[in-house]
Amino acid sequence: MLLSKKWLKSFVDIDVSDKEFADVMTMCGSKVECFEKEGEELSNIVVGKVLSLERHPDSDHLWICKIDVGAEDTLQIVTGAQNLKEGDIVPVALDNSVVSGGKHIKKGKLRGVESAGMLCSLGELGLTLHDFPYAIEDGIFVLGDDCDLTLGKDIREAIGLDDVVTEFEITPNRPDCLSVVGLAREAAAGFKVPFSVPVSDVKTAGGDVNELLKVNIIDNENCYRYAGAVVKNVKIGQSPRWLRERLRASGVRPINNIVDITNYVMLELGQPMHAFDLRYLEGNTVNVRKAVKGETITTLDGVERELDDSMLVIADAKKPVAVAGVMGGEYSGIMDDTTTIVFESACFKGTSIRLTAKKLGMRTESSARYEKELDPKGCRRSLMRALELVNILGAGDVVDGIVDCDCTSDCVTTLPFMPEWTNNFIGINVPKDEQKKILESLEFKVENDVITVPSFRADVLHQADVAEEIARFYGFENIESRPLVSTTAGALNSTQRLQKTVSETLLSCGLTEILTYSFISPKYYNKINLPEDSILRNSVVITNPLGEDTSVMRTTPIPSLMEVVSRNYNNRNESASLFEIATVYLPVEGSDLADEKQKITMGMYGNDCDFFTIKGVVEALLEKVGIKGYDVEAVSDMVYMHPGRTAKLSVDGEELGYLGELLPDVLDNYGIDTKVYVCELDFNTFEKKCNLNRVFKHLPKFPASTRDLAFVCSKDIPVLKLEREIEGAVGKILESINLFDVYEGSQIPEGMKSVAFNLVLRSAEGTLTDEEADAAIKRVVKALGKLGISLRS
Amino acid sequence: MKVQLEALRKSAAEKIAAAKSRADLEALRIAYLGKKGELTAILKQMGKLSAEERPVMGQLANEARAFIEEAITASDNELKEKEKAARLKAETLDVTMPGKQIELGHKHPLSIVLDEVKDIFIGMGFSIASGPEIELDYYNFEALNIPEGHPARDTQDTFYITDKVLLRTQTSPVQIRYMEHNKPPIRIISPGRVYRSDAADATHSPLFHQIEGLVVDKGVTMGDLKACLETLAKALFGESTKIRLRPHHFPFTEPSCEVDVSCFRCGGKGCPMCKGEGWIEILGAGMVHPQVLRNGGIDPEEYSGFAFGVGLERIALFRFHIDDIRLFYENDMRFLSQF
Repeated sequence: MLLSKKWLKSFVDIDVSDKEFADVMTMCGSKVECFEKEGEELSNIVVGKVLSLERHPDSDHLWICKIDVGAEDTLQIVTGAQNLKEGDIVPVALDNSVVSGGKHIKKGKLRGVESAGMLCSLGELGLTLHDFPYAIEDGIFVLGDDCDLTLGKDIREAIGLDDVVTEFEITPNRPDCLSVVGLAREAAAGFKVPFSVPVSDVKTAGGDVNELLKVNIIDNENCYRYAGAVVKNVKIGQSPRWLRERLRASGVRPINNIVDITNYVMLELGQPMHAFDLRYLEGNTVNVRKAVKGETITTLDGVERELDDSMLVIADAKKPVAVAGVMGGEYSGIMDDTTTIVFESACFKGTSIRLTAKKLGMRTESSARYEKELDPKGCRRSLMRALELVNILGAGDVVDGIVDCDCTSDCVTTLPFMPEWTNNFIGINVPKDEQKKILESLEFKVENDVITVPSFRADVLHQADVAEEIARFYGFENIESRPLVSTTAGALNSTQRLQKTVSETLLSCGLTEILTYSFISPKYYNKINLPEDSILRNSVVITNPLGEDTSVMRTTPIPSLMEVVSRNYNNRNESASLFEIATVYLPVEGSDLADEKQKITMGMYGNDCDFFTIKGVVEALLEKVGIKGYDVEAVSDMVYMHPGRTAKLSVDGEELGYLGELLPDVLDNYGIDTKVYVCELDFNTFEKKCNLNRVFKHLPKFPASTRDLAFVCSKDIPVLKLEREIEGAVGKILESINLFDVYEGSQIPEGMKSVAFNLVLRSAEGTLTDEEADAAIKRVVKALGKLGISLRS
Repeated sequence: MKVQLEALRKSAAEKIAAAKSRADLEALRIAYLGKKGELTAILKQMGKLSAEERPVMGQLANEARAFIEEAITASDNELKEKEKAARLKAETLDVTMPGKQIELGHKHPLSIVLDEVKDIFIGMGFSIASGPEIELDYYNFEALNIPEGHPARDTQDTFYITDKVLLRTQTSPVQIRYMEHNKPPIRIISPGRVYRSDAADATHSPLFHQIEGLVVDKGVTMGDLKACLETLAKALFGESTKIRLRPHHFPFTEPSCEVDVSCFRCGGKGCPMCKGEGWIEILGAGMVHPQVLRNGGIDPEEYSGFAFGVGLERIALFRFHIDDIRLFYENDMRFLSQF
């Protein structure tokens, strides 16, 4: 919302700097985005009079002018313009002046003749023909008698290019502030100065509006009120300068007096208006109804629009003449030969206007106001203001009476006046009478401890809303901070603690944390070779995605991880070790919501990492969170994993996840020419099986015995199986078992391997004797012997 | 004999002084003091001496032995020190050569800031709550005073799954979900992912993080809100940081405010970072709307509360002077390894 300072000052008397005005308005709730002085870049341009013109001796188009700028000496200025005559009053850019666009003007010679400056066109003042319709486009701007013609006067003052325009960000709950009057009311309350809106005084010229105009609200659900009036003997012409100026400052282009009046009223009072040419209202009738599917209308912007039956229109007896609250039709619009007009001042349902504007793709000043629900009480007042402006501008004769179809009831919002409650709620101490004053300055009535909310403040419904009004004008900055007294214990819960532990452990293992988008392209599932019927392809689908790449919610974290891996690979980062605690979103049959599960995901490449690197990290993580006795099993049937280099982890039969090398085919899909290792662990299972509690174990009192053992067995027997056998055979004196060598080669029969372990044996009861240790080893040899595994000789 | 002893002392002293290694010294010790050494040889002559002379010579001989032993020990110590010094000298390294490289893991910058925020609030007695990202329209809009057709639905361009299911556009639905299952006093923050239909550019991301805060108790006021946010701002941006509450509008708080912090680059004087204003907007807040409390099953006659929502990316961008939000989600190691 752009606010003209001149316009504002016609309602309230505030005399502060523009910066202070902006600060105060911002701090009491009307946020100022910026303010700008009109014509600020112009300098040293004054009003001058053309005393004489003569041809330039060396040019067939230049003129040498003598100009009086109210100073002792007349100036000689050379111009190329052809529209001047003696006696014209013109803008004169003096020596050392700046015109629009920041161009500097200095005195100089034009084809040998001295020129003390430049005569300006409208464009050189930063204006257009809309601002001064009587000027010409490609010539010097000859000032009309609507300007101050005092010679030597600063041009900005002379032509009214000296307003200050403040831009406000108005929140959607305050449509009343999308108007000069609304902001003036806020300003008056903020600066504690008096304010009132004058009542419009309209002189009518006889006749009866009811004979000229019939209004039927057919859809009274979407149209609350429709007021209309008729003006006869209209003389279409320019609006006066003061009105054009205010429109310009508000960012609206002046068109002609009638259209300008409708825009002026909208800007001043916040009520959109429309004017129809009565000639083109068939049956002199206005019907407010839904459009019929297939009906079309050409709107004022010249575009033919197809309507549907959800859209509210203003129609005459036969056809739509306006899209209600959005834009009028071209056919019934105001033209130069229009003589009788109908002013519309109506109130429509916000949602209806919003949806129509959205469907038609045309958000207008009018629809932007309507969609926030306007005050139906404003219709009549605005209509009267428009008619008053017709009187002031002498634009036509106002016919007696107005048509006012009002479907609203007369209920008003009242609330108990509870100053004490407000003080307690906000944490302030504002006396009752001061609170009353604040409310009254905003046109709330406070009588007998009852607050009557003004009709234009539909946002005030609760006691808290009243409290906000008090707080805003008392000043948020004056509310005293009151440090929170602790009544609750703050802490991470067990899940959050586990997440933290996981994250910290992986960081300490040298992995870097990544955060990836939750949505992916369904094509990413192809990249990891998921079969067409894979359950993982059943994703939650976004109906209005930005693009295919972000159109489904991931069911697996691997594609997101691989996007990051491939980006790093393509960016020539030699290695990366990454992890994410990523959420996946699994649709749940019969439920609106998804099952949002967390997966601990890891990926690494480069830096000589291999299968056992990622396995080592996973083992360290499991150790850290106290998951013991998990099973590791080779799996060869995961579609995106290497069939010989993938392990599945489970605890007590529950699957924890998997880790291993990515299938080379999948790497090809990503254009990655190096091995990539990944791991995915299910956080829920992880949490169920973890044990972060630690109980102290006494440090060993007795020395340990160590034994190295090597066995020869079939290549197919997993090391884990040997370890489990050894653990069982040795019993509780086994402190640790460490694999230190696996060998296949010349001294070992074909198809066999040698596996060597270092065993640490220790008893808690006493020093182990050699006999005890040897007995344990014998048990191991015997147990493995039963499986056909022999000690390597 | 006395002369012999004198000569012995003298020659021993000379040879010990000339010894170049500890092995030389050992050889000298054996040559003078050993069983077959020179001193022993001299002492063998003691038998020939008279009874008067014997104790005198004995003492002289002992003195000579002590003298030689001392000289050897002193010289040995000296040589030991020299050898040690030589060894240390030989071990000299070029200490300017780089250390052995250790691969460190790097926490994501958003996590760094989030962990800090969590710590600040845990210190003020807050717990951490969470809620679903695929959310019902009811919790994301309806229950927060944003009914169908409300203009606020337009400004928050929403990704929809079905008519009534969507990707949450804010973390505020957690307020309702939490209140439904917990009685006051409530003091939570709820960080999480939120989604808006904004194409990714330097300042927008269709996915970003918010941190919701909610406090509900008897007698909670805007003064409490102000103090809480002051603590946050000072912890994040430094002790001298000031905050400014500006009236604003959110459907689910009343009164509502936007919160600015004094510019942490210029301290409030005005600079390009704060666009000359001296203030930088960092979050939205307000007193929980009575209807929202009611929707969460809490009686607004008895309790009041405040709520706030912070954009995590915004804080991290400021904190690390990052100029493009997309960097957070590209996860390039050259970016991540800077943190």
